[in-house]
Amino acid sequence: MFDPAQASALDIARAVAEGATTASAVVEAALARIAALNPVLNAFTDMTVERARARAAAIDARRAKGEPVGPLAGVPFAVKNLFDIAGLPTRAGSKINRDRPPAERDSPLIERLEAAGAVLVGALNMGEYAYDFTGENVHDGPSRNPHDPARMTGGSSGGSAGAVAGRLVPLALGSDTNGSIRVPASLCGVFGLKPTYGRLTRARTFPFVASLDHVGPFACSVGDLAASYDAMQGPDADDPVCAARPAEPTAPTLATGLGGLRIAIAGGYFHHGLSPEGHTALATVGAALGVTRAIEWPEPARARAAAYVITCTEGAALHIDRLRTRPQDFDPAVRDRLIAGAMVPAGMVIQAQKFRRWYQARILELFKEVDAVLLPATPCTAPRIGQDTFTLDGVEMPVRANLGIYTQPISFVGLPVVAVPVPLTPLPIAVQIVAAPWREDVALRIAYALEKRGVVAAPTPAV
Amino acid sequence: MSTSDLDEFIAASAGVLALPVDPALYPTIRFNLEVTFRLAALVADFRLPDDAEPAPVFRA
Repeated sequence: MFDPAQASALDIARAVAEGATTASAVVEAALARIAALNPVLNAFTDMTVERARARAAAIDARRAKGEPVGPLAGVPFAVKNLFDIAGLPTRAGSKINRDRPPAERDSPLIERLEAAGAVLVGALNMGEYAYDFTGENVHDGPSRNPHDPARMTGGSSGGSAGAVAGRLVPLALGSDTNGSIRVPASLCGVFGLKPTYGRLTRARTFPFVASLDHVGPFACSVGDLAASYDAMQGPDADDPVCAARPAEPTAPTLATGLGGLRIAIAGGYFHHGLSPEGHTALATVGAALGVTRAIEWPEPARARAAAYVITCTEGAALHIDRLRTRPQDFDPAVRDRLIAGAMVPAGMVIQAQKFRRWYQARILELFKEVDAVLLPATPCTAPRIGQDTFTLDGVEMPVRANLGIYTQPISFVGLPVVAVPVPLTPLPIAVQIVAAPWREDVALRIAYALEKRGVVAAPTPAV
Repeated sequence: MSTSDLDEFIAASAGVLALPVDPALYPTIRFNLEVTFRLAALVADFRLPDDAEPAPVFRA
C-alpha cells in the first residue's frame, strides 16, 4: 500500500506518473496530516486547499490523457511565508505585512516547482522579517520541533524545517541570510540546501538583507533536495542578483561517487563552543568520508562580525519607515535590534564590506586547495522554546544571537552549502558541507554518498 | 562608551532619524549597540589597504 506520508518526493512523483496513486490522493493525504499535526507543530500559517485540489485534479487529468506530468508530479510542497502566493498578503512573519494587498502573482520558484508538477499546499511559519535563529514568532506562536514539540525548530525558516521533519510535506522552501536554512535543518534533522548567492531567483520574496539573502529547499533525502533544486534553477530578469547562468542539473551526478574530491575539516573557530553532540556529528561524517586533512578557515570570527554589522544596518534601512510609523507592531526583540542598526555609523558598514571583499579572495584561494569543507551547522541540538541562554565552552551565551555562529561566516560570501542531518539520539544535529561558488553539485554528491552509507538521514519524528 | 554617553547617542540619533524611541527601550537598544560596536571594532582592527574595494561593486 502506497503511503504518501512515508514516501519521498521522488517516490510520489514516480507513483503518480505510473498510476500507482493519484496526485489528488497524495494531496488529500497531506492535507489530512497537516490538519492532524499542525495544531501541535504550528508549522503552517496559511493553507491553499482549494488551489491544491484544483492543481492535483489537473495533473490527474493530464495523466489520464497520456500527457507528461513532470518530474515532481503530485508532490505537495509549502513555502516560508515570505514567498509571494497569489491571493495572499506576504506576511514575512510580521503583523504589519498582513495589511498589505494580496500578492498578484506567485514567486517564480513556486511557478517553477508547479511547472515540474509539484502542488503548493500552503505557507509556513517563520521568525519576524527573517531576523531570527529560533523559529519563535510573537504573532503566530513558535513553530515546534517534531522530535520534541517543547523544543525550537530553529529559524528563521522554522516552519519549513518543521513541516518537512514532521512529514507534513516532503518539500519546503526557505530563505537563508545568515543561516536560516541551515540552522533549522540542523535542529529539526532534515536536509537543507543554501545554494550559491545568486543561483536561485529571489524575485517576489520579501527581502531582509539584499546583499546576503538566499533561498533554497528542505527535504528528507538528498535525491529530493537535488530534484527540487534542479527544477528551480535558471536565470530570472526579475531578480538583478540572479546569475545569468543556465541550469546545471545536479541529480544526474549524485551517484558519481567521491573519486578525486579533496575534502577537509575546518578547525579552530568551528570547534570553539561546539557541544559534544556537534563534535560527534562532525567526527562521524569526517570518518565516514575518510577525511584526514584539517584546514584553518581564514578569519571566521571577523567574517561573522562583519556579517552581523551588515545585517543589522541593511535590515534597519529596509524597515526604517515601519519603525517610524508602527514600532508597536513589531516583535520587540526584532524592533530593538533594527532600531540599533539604524544608528550604526556608515563607516562601520563600509569597512565590513571592504573586509568582505578581502575575505572572499582568501576563500577562493582556499578552494583551489580543497573541493569541500566540513563544518558544524549549529553549536548544539535544539534548545527549549523560550530558552534565552545556553552554555558553550563553559560560557553562558544568548541563544538567539549564537545559534548561527558557524553559518554566518559561510553565507557572508555566498558559498553553497548542504546541511546534512546526523540522526543522533534523542535529537539530531547537522554538519555543513561547504563547496566552492557554483559547485552545489560537489556538496550534493558528498551528501548523497553519506546518505547511501547510512551516516546521515532525516530521523522519523516523535509526533 | 559609558551608559550615559550611549543613551545620549540613542536620543540624538533617534531625533535625527525621526524615530519615536521610548526611553524605556534604551537598555535593549544600548545592549544591541554595544554588541554591534564591539563587532564593528573587530572588523576595523583588521588593516586593509586604502584601495580595498567594498564587496558590492556598481557596474554601469
